Amino acid sequence: MTARQTTDTMPLLRVQNLQTHFLTRFGAVKAVDGVDLELAPGEILGLVGESGSGKSITGFSILGLIDPPGRIVGGSIEFDGRDLLAMKERELRRLRGNDIAVVFQDPSMTLNPVLRVDTQMIEAIQAHETVSSAAARQRARDVLVKVGIPSPDERLRCYPFELSGGMRQRIAIAIALLNRPRLIIADEPTTALDVSIQGQIIHEVRELCRETGTALIWVTHDLAVIAGLADRIAVMYAGRIVETGETDEIIHHPMHPYTRGLIDSVPSGSTRGARLHQIEGMTPSLLELGEGCAFRDRCHRATEQCRETPGVTSLGNTREFRCWHPETGGDQ
Amino acid sequence: MSAFVINRLLQAFFVLLVMSVLVFVGIYLVGDPISMLVSPEATDLERDAVRESFGLDRPIFVQYITFLGSALQGDFGRSFLTGEPALQLILERMPATVELVGFAMFFSVVIGVPLGIIAGLRPEATFSKVIMTGSIFGFSLPTFWVGMVLIMLFAVQLGILPTSGRGETVQVGPIELSILTLDGLRHLILPALTLGLTKASLIIRVTRAATREIQAMDYIKFARAKGLSSSRILRVHLLKNVLIPIITVAGLEFGQALAFAVVTETVFSWPGMGKLLIDSILTLDRPVVVAYVLIMVLFLVLLNLVIDLLYMVIDPSSREKVRD
Repeated sequence: MTARQTTDTMPLLRVQNLQTHFLTRFGAVKAVDGVDLELAPGEILGLVGESGSGKSITGFSILGLIDPPGRIVGGSIEFDGRDLLAMKERELRRLRGNDIAVVFQDPSMTLNPVLRVDTQMIEAIQAHETVSSAAARQRARDVLVKVGIPSPDERLRCYPFELSGGMRQRIAIAIALLNRPRLIIADEPTTALDVSIQGQIIHEVRELCRETGTALIWVTHDLAVIAGLADRIAVMYAGRIVETGETDEIIHHPMHPYTRGLIDSVPSGSTRGARLHQIEGMTPSLLELGEGCAFRDRCHRATEQCRETPGVTSLGNTREFRCWHPETGGDQ
Repeated sequence: MSAFVINRLLQAFFVLLVMSVLVFVGIYLVGDPISMLVSPEATDLERDAVRESFGLDRPIFVQYITFLGSALQGDFGRSFLTGEPALQLILERMPATVELVGFAMFFSVVIGVPLGIIAGLRPEATFSKVIMTGSIFGFSLPTFWVGMVLIMLFAVQLGILPTSGRGETVQVGPIELSILTLDGLRHLILPALTLGLTKASLIIRVTRAATREIQAMDYIKFARAKGLSSSRILRVHLLKNVLIPIITVAGLEFGQALAFAVVTETVFSWPGMGKLLIDSILTLDRPVVVAYVLIMVLFLVLLNLVIDLLYMVIDPSSREKVRD
């Protein structure tokens, strides 16, 4: 059982109380405000939330790729037992692309338009290993085959503008896989693609991760996408993780009203013709966020008690949520 | 590719044709060159004789057809003033101007690009703010003033650099070059600095803007996420993209400076084409003005062609457009 594995083995990644703030003229925007995450080797975690919930910033924080005015102001990130926040830039550079790789959202922007695909792949290998360009090229070619790119030799000689969006995203994924990383952070990698390509890519990524034992954090706003992919799901709202647990548990028995809202707003066979559920209101401004549950203004279960910040409630090994009034009837 | 070049040269030919008509007629309308050529006391008879000898008594379109006929054979006529072939007059002075402008552009790119990149990468640093303030002075100070201050400083006060002429030159084929001798190089420094200051300031600003824009691109972040060293990101990923706008601006500025280097040439008594053009316009020396304009048009068209070819080297997507 996944739950057992998660607790028995030493976690690959452990994020504790991560706080990433953006210091603006109007005050500190608490984009990530106390996030805890744990990931076992080979595990696939879905990090779900609306835009502005801090899910992408969480991913970039792990890589140390937060640009000013953003700053990690608190917490700890341990990868394979090593403290990433205490690392020098030089050590972090060695880790990036080698042990921890990333796939971005928009494939039209991730590849440099003036460099050929082979240049961009070979440099990613040679940044971490002393290998001949010919050997690196061969490896790049092999990985392109693995991500399902036809006639890879031809594609290697292409410039990004000569390739379709789906093809570019496959190449970006291939680049992430080049050095057999132990963790891939994928930031909404299929959002910009056609639905049919989306399905293929999700399927392939899942297979590749299983095959190579790579752990994956898949950041998305789309619960439907993640349901068929992830072992576990963490739901983020306004800079905090409000609920986490195994995928089946979360989908069938959501405890947090926000998670329930997300699930109800996914179209399914039984909702055909009916009006889709939507969560009232908008994500609160992260500038004005005070004490209390950030979701209370949009929550149909909210009471006076919600003015206090709810603590973490644990149910079993991997199930946690932050809510005073959890959904009790697991009736779906 | 070769179709592209031929197409461009054909375009150039039509531009030359149109320009020749415009300049020919323009100068004709401005005034009568005869009044510049004969003494005020000359009789009407003498005037008519001179006019006839230059062929200026015939209707303007006949004059133009005659000019066009010989121009197609490489003969742009003789200067009304000196009687020398107009083309030769210009070509004699062209190397001096090209050399001056080329050196000034080289200076402005070598100074401007690194400073612009530094200012773009660290916009908040004091050093960057100093660079940006300096660049505002650089292009708002008038050229003649900068030239005179440089003369005051380096020639009059310090006495280390000469102020006028080309110095010692070396004959390379039919052209004379200053840049190949030490003395010539010393003569070149101050005028090139004067002319290059404005250009360098502009290139600093363009480079900084491009650097800031490209720095924020996802592909730079992705390059960092691949674990590349910052020097490789700078040299390969950033610089190649920043060069695209720089080439545009540097090319335009080069053409601009070449055609209008006259102020600098005057301040430093540099024997280039700029002075020749102004004198010829004042004396309505039509053959020289027309030949000058046509040579400049040809030069600018070729310059643009070179810029486009450079684009293709740097920006692969521009190659695609040419192929279609």
